[in-house]
Amino acid sequence: MMKGGWFKVYAIGYLVFLYAPIIILPMFAFNDATVIAFPLTGFSTRWFSAMMEQPTLSLAVKNSLFIAVTSAVLATTLGVFAARASTRYRFPMKAGLMGLIMLPLVLPEIIVAVSLLVVLLGLGVSLSLWTVILGHVLICTPFTIAILSSAFQSLDQSLEEAAYDLGESAASTFRLIILPLVMPGIISSLLISFTISLDEFIIAFFLAGTEPTLPVFIFSQFRFPAAVPVIMALGTVLVCLSIVLLTIAEYFRRRGIAKSGGKDTGGFL
Amino acid sequence: MNANSRWAKLRQTEAANGLMMISPTALYAILMLAAPLGTILLYSFLTDGYLEIVRDFTFANYIEAWTNELYRSVMIRSLGVSMVVTLVTVVLAFPIAYFVSFHVEPSKKSLWLFLITIPFWTSYLIRVFLWKVILGYNGVINSGLLGLGFIEEPLTFILYNVNSVVITLAHAYAPFAILPIFVALEKIDRSLLEAGQDLGESKFMTFLRVTLPLAMPGVIASVLIVFIPTIGDYVTPQLVGGPEGRMVANLIQLQYLKLDNYPLGSAIAVSAMGIVTLVSLIFIGLNRRYLKGPK
Repeated sequence: MMKGGWFKVYAIGYLVFLYAPIIILPMFAFNDATVIAFPLTGFSTRWFSAMMEQPTLSLAVKNSLFIAVTSAVLATTLGVFAARASTRYRFPMKAGLMGLIMLPLVLPEIIVAVSLLVVLLGLGVSLSLWTVILGHVLICTPFTIAILSSAFQSLDQSLEEAAYDLGESAASTFRLIILPLVMPGIISSLLISFTISLDEFIIAFFLAGTEPTLPVFIFSQFRFPAAVPVIMALGTVLVCLSIVLLTIAEYFRRRGIAKSGGKDTGGFL
Repeated sequence: MNANSRWAKLRQTEAANGLMMISPTALYAILMLAAPLGTILLYSFLTDGYLEIVRDFTFANYIEAWTNELYRSVMIRSLGVSMVVTLVTVVLAFPIAYFVSFHVEPSKKSLWLFLITIPFWTSYLIRVFLWKVILGYNGVINSGLLGLGFIEEPLTFILYNVNSVVITLAHAYAPFAILPIFVALEKIDRSLLEAGQDLGESKFMTFLRVTLPLAMPGVIASVLIVFIPTIGDYVTPQLVGGPEGRMVANLIQLQYLKLDNYPLGSAIAVSAMGIVTLVSLIFIGLNRRYLKGPK
């Protein structure tokens, strides 16, 4: 038997387990039956055309895109500050502050959602798309820091010192030297935050008020069995979209590491 | 020395630069995370009046959360489910991390990790719903087993109970468990393993005495990264759990959005977080003892 043979069999079995739902999804999206069950009855694209005619859906998509783009930009901006600070400087309370910033990575989202809800309602802030953005920035920032830290870490500090020696200021060094080198990391982090925000349900469920977002809309449709095939079609579109976004993000993440001369340790986390 | 130049000097120190650089992100986390968490802690000691929160300090919410049979059983179930999910996820994930780290060519490692993480980023709600389709009465497993003639009638113990919650959560958190273990395994100096075998240990003993202890930090990280969020998962118990699969997040949502009892909801949330922290600390402590080895 070849080296690691049994491991490989296990690994492939594991991938099948991981991908099972994603493989089944398009089967029902293109299935010509109202009931989500086997056996499949025939090929049809009618659920995709029905999806186009959903009025709430287009509003939900618009809201979710607005939230995801804004959250991605804000979270990546905050991520750049934190990743730069943690990779470049030593300062007091560093572990505590970084711990707090990275906390949403493990904190259940429902805790983030209810605690923000209580504070916002207490302050008299009415719920809107912006309150969802507040929460999404919080949960996206740790992921952006994870990606950006590896970009900043592989940065050669002598490049920066050379720029100072040649008379550049701190700001222009950042703009001319550091930013271009970490740009792939920034793009990767924007795409990942966008994907997380677009997919996030709990925080939007608690903080969106009456505005629908895409996951909130999907969740509400699960209650109506007749609406589920359309959701399968929508899900197929979303899965394809996120695979494309993630592939682009992975491409930029790797290019970023190669560009600044680092070694790829793999993965987003 | 005047104040101006002192300020200029301070600005040049590394600590000040670092603090300035991190301040936007840190302020955001303090305002949007630390302060709100403090607020629910405070709320959990207040009294719920009709339509408003009465500012009377009380332990009544905690007494209710810990003695009411309904709340207590949901809490115990959540704890049990997340422990089982963590065990299953980490045990299943370890061989994958080991395989990718030790048996996959270096050039293909990134591709494997990418393949493993993709499902994690794609529509969580729809993935959970699809487990309902897989496990359901007319689902993939039942129609498959019926078609093959293994069973006479559809299995019903796999949907709308704790089992389905465990399967779905184990699936959802799988990539989260693999990555930290993989990172720890990658850091192991391969020559240590050769040394172990040169000194006459079998492959299996080398694994037990060298690889496993060195991989432990990664295992700990994945245990925590799976255990802590799963206890607060809302979607999975809601969609596939049925009435007997409800977990603490469903209870919190009920208190906040349906019953409008913020103090009790906060007390339940704080209790759940307290239990999770305690269990995590005990786990980390036990692990320290394991790494110290037998006397």
